[in-house]
Amino acid sequence: MDWDFRNAEELLRLCADNDMPISEVMINREMQLGETRREAIIKQIDGCLRVMNVAANRAISDPQTSMGGFLGGEAFKLSKLDDDKTACGTALHNALVYALAIAETNASMGVIVAAPTAGSAGVVPAVLLSIYEYRNIDIETLRHGLINASAIGYLMTRNASVAGAEAGCQAEVGSAAAMAASALAEMLGGTPEQCCDAASIAISNLLGLVCDPVRGLVEVPCQTRNAMGAAAAYTAAELALADVGVHVPLDEMIQIMLDVGRSLPESLRETAKGGCASAPCFCKASSRRSLF
Amino acid sequence: MSNNYIGIFDVIGPVMVGPSSSHTSGAATIAWMARQIFSGIPVKATFTLYGSFADTYKGHGTDRALIGGMLGYKSDDIRIRDAYEQAKENGLEVSFIIDTDTEVEHPNTVDVVMEDTGGHTLLIRGESIGGGRVRIKRINDIRVDFTGEYSTLIVGHQDVTGTVAFITSRLAAYKINIAYMKMFRDGKGMKAFTVIESDDFIPDELKEEILEYETVTSVDLIEGM
Repeated sequence: MDWDFRNAEELLRLCADNDMPISEVMINREMQLGETRREAIIKQIDGCLRVMNVAANRAISDPQTSMGGFLGGEAFKLSKLDDDKTACGTALHNALVYALAIAETNASMGVIVAAPTAGSAGVVPAVLLSIYEYRNIDIETLRHGLINASAIGYLMTRNASVAGAEAGCQAEVGSAAAMAASALAEMLGGTPEQCCDAASIAISNLLGLVCDPVRGLVEVPCQTRNAMGAAAAYTAAELALADVGVHVPLDEMIQIMLDVGRSLPESLRETAKGGCASAPCFCKASSRRSLF
Repeated sequence: MSNNYIGIFDVIGPVMVGPSSSHTSGAATIAWMARQIFSGIPVKATFTLYGSFADTYKGHGTDRALIGGMLGYKSDDIRIRDAYEQAKENGLEVSFIIDTDTEVEHPNTVDVVMEDTGGHTLLIRGESIGGGRVRIKRINDIRVDFTGEYSTLIVGHQDVTGTVAFITSRLAAYKINIAYMKMFRDGKGMKAFTVIESDDFIPDELKEEILEYETVTSVDLIEGM
C-alpha cells in the first residue's frame, strides 16, 4: 500500500478507499516514508502542541516588547476587552487573542512552532486551541487537527509555496489559514471533502495578500494578519461544513495562489518596499530602510 | 527536510526561537554546527554577515542566534534571547562584521571564525537556505557542502592514497551505513576533508580510531539535528 499523495485529489482518494479522515492518511504516510511508528509521531505532535500552548499563553500573562519595538501587550489588551464590547463569539475572540499572542512571542524571541512559517505561526494554534477549549474537545481530536493541518501545509509547500518572498503573505498567512480551516472542519466532524473545501475557500478569499513587513521586521502588519488569518479559517470552515461557497477544487486553488503570487511585484514580496512598509507614518520616523 | 519527502514536521516545525526561520533559527544552527566542527572551546568568535543577513541582523535577532549557537544552544533554546549576557558569563568574546559589498552565492551567508585559548582558529561558512535548514559551505579555505541533518563525520586529512579507504573500512567495522560521502580538497596531495553522513549513531571510539591514522589531522562529529 502506497500512502504517498501528490495532490488533494490523490489524498481524497486515499481517504475514500480506506474510509479514513485526512489526518489518518497523513499518519500512515509519515509512518511509511519516515519509517517511524505512530507513537513517535504522536509524541512529537504533543511536543509541538505544548510549545504552541505556552507561546499562546505567555504573551497574555507576561507581555514582552518585540525586538523591533512595534509589538508588546496587544494580546493582553484584547483579552481584557469587555464582554459587552466583543463583536465575536467566545471561540473566535479567543482565537484572535492567541494569534496576537503567538505573533508577539515570536517577535520577542520566544519559542514558537513554525506552522508553516514563523511569521504565520499564530494562525493554526490559535484556531486549534480556541476550538479545543470552547467545545471541550478531547486531546486525540486536537492532535488529529494538527496532523490534518500538516497535510494541507504539505500540499501548499509541494505544489505552490509557503514563502512570502516567493508568493506574498497569501503563501504564509494564506496557507496557514487553509491549514487551520481544514483542521477545524475535521475536528468538528467534517468529511475529507469538506476539509479540502474549507482550505480552498480560505485561500480563495486571501488571494493577493501581499507581504509588506514594516522595516523588514516580523511585526507589523504580521501580528494582526495572524489574527485575520484565524478569522478567515473560522469563516471558511463554517461555510464548508454547511456545503456553502465552494467553487474551485483545492488543487486548482493552490495553483492559482502560486500564479497570483508570482505575478505580485517584487515590492510586495517581503522586500519591505511596498504596502504597509511604505506607509508615510513609518517612513517619517526614519529615513533609513531599516531601524538598524 | 530529511529523506527527500515533506513530512508532518517539515510543515509543523521547526520548534524555534523567533522571529525568523532563516534569519534566527538557521543562524543559530550554523553557529551550533560550527562549534561542533571546532575541536576546541572557542573564547573568541567573529561573525561576518553577508547579503540579507547583513540587512536584518538585529531586527531578526540574527546576532543573538549566532552567539547562542556558538555557546552550544540549539535553535529552540530560549537562552538565545539573552545570548550577549550568556557569552559574557561564559567568557566568549564576540564581534560582528557587516559586509554588504562582497558577492556571495546565497543571500543568507555568514562566516564564523572561532579561536581557542591556544590561538587555534577555524573558519566555517554557512548558508541559511530556508525553513531553518542550513548548509555548511566552507571549512577554512576548502569548499564543502553538507547539511548536518544526519550524523555527520568530518575528517580532515592529507589527500594521500589509502586515507579514504581506511576511513570507510573503520566505518564498515562498526557496521555504520554511509548515506552520503564526499571528499573535498584544495588540490591533489593537499589538505582535504572527507564528509560522511549516516542514519546510524556514530560512536566516539570510532572518532578516536580514525584520528590515530597518520595522515588524519582532525575528526569531528555532528550528531543529527
